[in-house]
Amino acid sequence: MEIVLDHLTKKFPGRGKNKQEVTAVNDFTFTIPDGKLAALLGPSGCGKSTTLNMICGLLKPTSGEIFFGDKNVTGLPPEQRGVGMVFQNYALYPHMSVEQNIRFPLENFRGKDKLSKEEMKNRVLEAARLVHIEELLDRKPSELSGGQQQRVAIARALVKLPKVLLLDEPLSNLDARLRLATREEIRRIQQETGITTVFVTHDQDEAMSISDLIVVMKEGVLQQVDSPQKVYDDPANQFVAQFLGTPPINMFSGEVRDGKLWINSEPVLNVAGDQNAVIGHVNVGIRPEGFILLENGALGNEMVRPEITGRDVSVIFRNKAAKSDVVRSIISADDWNHITGGEVRFDLKPSKVFLFDPATGSRIRVTLEPLTSTHLEAPAQPVPAKQEQAPSAPEPVPSRDKAPVFGRTLTTFTVLTEDGEAEAVLETDAVDTYIGTGEV
Amino acid sequence: MEKQNLKAFLYLLPALIFLGLFLVYPLIDVFVYSFEEGYSSASQSFFGVGDYNYSYVLHDPYFTRALINTVVLVLVTVPVSTGLALMISCALVRIRKLRSLFQTLYFLPYVTNTLAVGMVFMVLFKTTPYSEGVVNMLIRLVGGTGVDFIDGPWWAKMFVLCFYTIWIVMPFKILILTSALASVNPVYYDVARVDGTSPGRIFRRVTLPLISPSVFYLVITGFIGAFKAYSDAVALFGTNLNAAGMNTLVGYVFDMLYRDGGGYPSYASAAAIILFAIVLTITVINLLVSRKHVHYS
Repeated sequence: MEIVLDHLTKKFPGRGKNKQEVTAVNDFTFTIPDGKLAALLGPSGCGKSTTLNMICGLLKPTSGEIFFGDKNVTGLPPEQRGVGMVFQNYALYPHMSVEQNIRFPLENFRGKDKLSKEEMKNRVLEAARLVHIEELLDRKPSELSGGQQQRVAIARALVKLPKVLLLDEPLSNLDARLRLATREEIRRIQQETGITTVFVTHDQDEAMSISDLIVVMKEGVLQQVDSPQKVYDDPANQFVAQFLGTPPINMFSGEVRDGKLWINSEPVLNVAGDQNAVIGHVNVGIRPEGFILLENGALGNEMVRPEITGRDVSVIFRNKAAKSDVVRSIISADDWNHITGGEVRFDLKPSKVFLFDPATGSRIRVTLEPLTSTHLEAPAQPVPAKQEQAPSAPEPVPSRDKAPVFGRTLTTFTVLTEDGEAEAVLETDAVDTYIGTGEV
Repeated sequence: MEKQNLKAFLYLLPALIFLGLFLVYPLIDVFVYSFEEGYSSASQSFFGVGDYNYSYVLHDPYFTRALINTVVLVLVTVPVSTGLALMISCALVRIRKLRSLFQTLYFLPYVTNTLAVGMVFMVLFKTTPYSEGVVNMLIRLVGGTGVDFIDGPWWAKMFVLCFYTIWIVMPFKILILTSALASVNPVYYDVARVDGTSPGRIFRRVTLPLISPSVFYLVITGFIGAFKAYSDAVALFGTNLNAAGMNTLVGYVFDMLYRDGGGYPSYASAAAIILFAIVLTITVINLLVSRKHVHYS
């Protein structure tokens, strides 16, 4: 069942002395396609749960409409919407056994929907099997672990075969390990049942890993609705860029001038075409994997320390233009040259660099290119001011000619073919591509 | 560990001494008295040992009357007051406006002076040379015939006693139940609503089980309290309860000890032990029933 929110707004009356209305959800319009798993993502107090409760019917919107498919459900009470809801603390009835908990929604069916005892039993078993808790049916909720309670809550929400499944922070009460397992579980259940599912989370990792669609919101305002990869690769604004990604994106103050992007008085990337209209100060966001360690890279920094995790290396460095104390870059362990101090230089991958308006945080969309592709023109452009400021860092243009294609490294794969094992060497972006097992 | 135990007992000693002296010893003493025939507190002597005291008490028509009165009082007031308190508490929890005002109003009987309450009941029920009481006025208004509630038939007097008891115990029950209801996590109601549960079913299947420990507590204390009823009857019908036919078990014990010179501690003890046995039985039954229906989280 497709879920459509049309200019949905929820205002709460103010409390206390200066009674100011609180707009929890401001003019939301988006569509969750049928059979998809959507994540409502945002920091605390951004209106995620309010949105969920409105979809559920527990809260009435101040204005705007909600459609399930073609049906306008805005005025319908929750029980007539055909939704299953899993609450943050699961809210299992403590006095009922697991079986009674799951059966409870079925016992509410009246009239022609009324089920016989036998049918109820089968439906309960079916739901229990789906979430793998058949052997726990006689237990009381207090005798279950957090993860098991979670499954029971999901089974209870699914047993009446809802058209829409809603989960409010389904993983927040679980420990880290269980959280990983349970989110896969939620994904599996959603795919097996094909029920349109909406879940609320403040954990971007959770949202990125299992959802088809991410709805990013902040303080009641919709920021971006896209697939996880799109939200990460093409953030709509600085908030989205900073909220998504672990480790988080690194922010620098920079400047666009003379067809180039400058950070800390060093040109780092070319700004292509005639899009130089955006000349001036910008906020530059660089993903940790957007750095390429090069002896004579464009961006000079002070090395702080490396953090070696085996597969890749985090190079922690300082840069005067950075908005945080230290900057974290992630490079492949193969590219690691074992320097531990002094100066460290990087080139930047254009696709991992985003420019934002410093005042509004909105994205400045320009095409960025590596310096080398136009390096022949570079010396022709007079940049006198720059050279005075940083005479110690002359443009290392000539050496670039020998540099490999940016962002590409050679990775060796062990591949199983029909004949047996073979080694394959692929040119790939080592940081961005993590293929574990499976078909290559 | 042993040293700690010793210390703990030392701290408990003052309380234990007083409890032993004024509670445990008298209890044992009463039990002993109840088997000593013809015990006189003046001469500290008795004729023999046996079950005559019990036999006398059980064949005493005043005792039978008191027993019937008490049982009726218990059976009427405990369910009615608990049920009414539950209804009022549910309503109180639901309203927003003037909630504290209503809560105060319902709690007033608890803090009102007994004499003032007596006055109000006089106005309501007592027949005086000047009026028949407000209730009789109302009965006549709708075309019925008046009844003397204080000196009239037994059922009318019983009605007044039950009415008074219910009215006096309700505030405490409402207090306990409103706090129990308020402590139920509202998310359970949300879950039930999403599942399309009717309000009646939500109350029966969700609310009631969740507050069952409080309800159970009120039923147990209600039973015990009603079995101990005495002062209320005195307030309504005067000190000579046997003459009014409104005596209670505790009243009977008191009469045996002190009224008309008293002097029957053996009979009083036997009656007290019988009362104790009844209360114990009822409480045990309550506990057994509660195992199935009371849910402690």
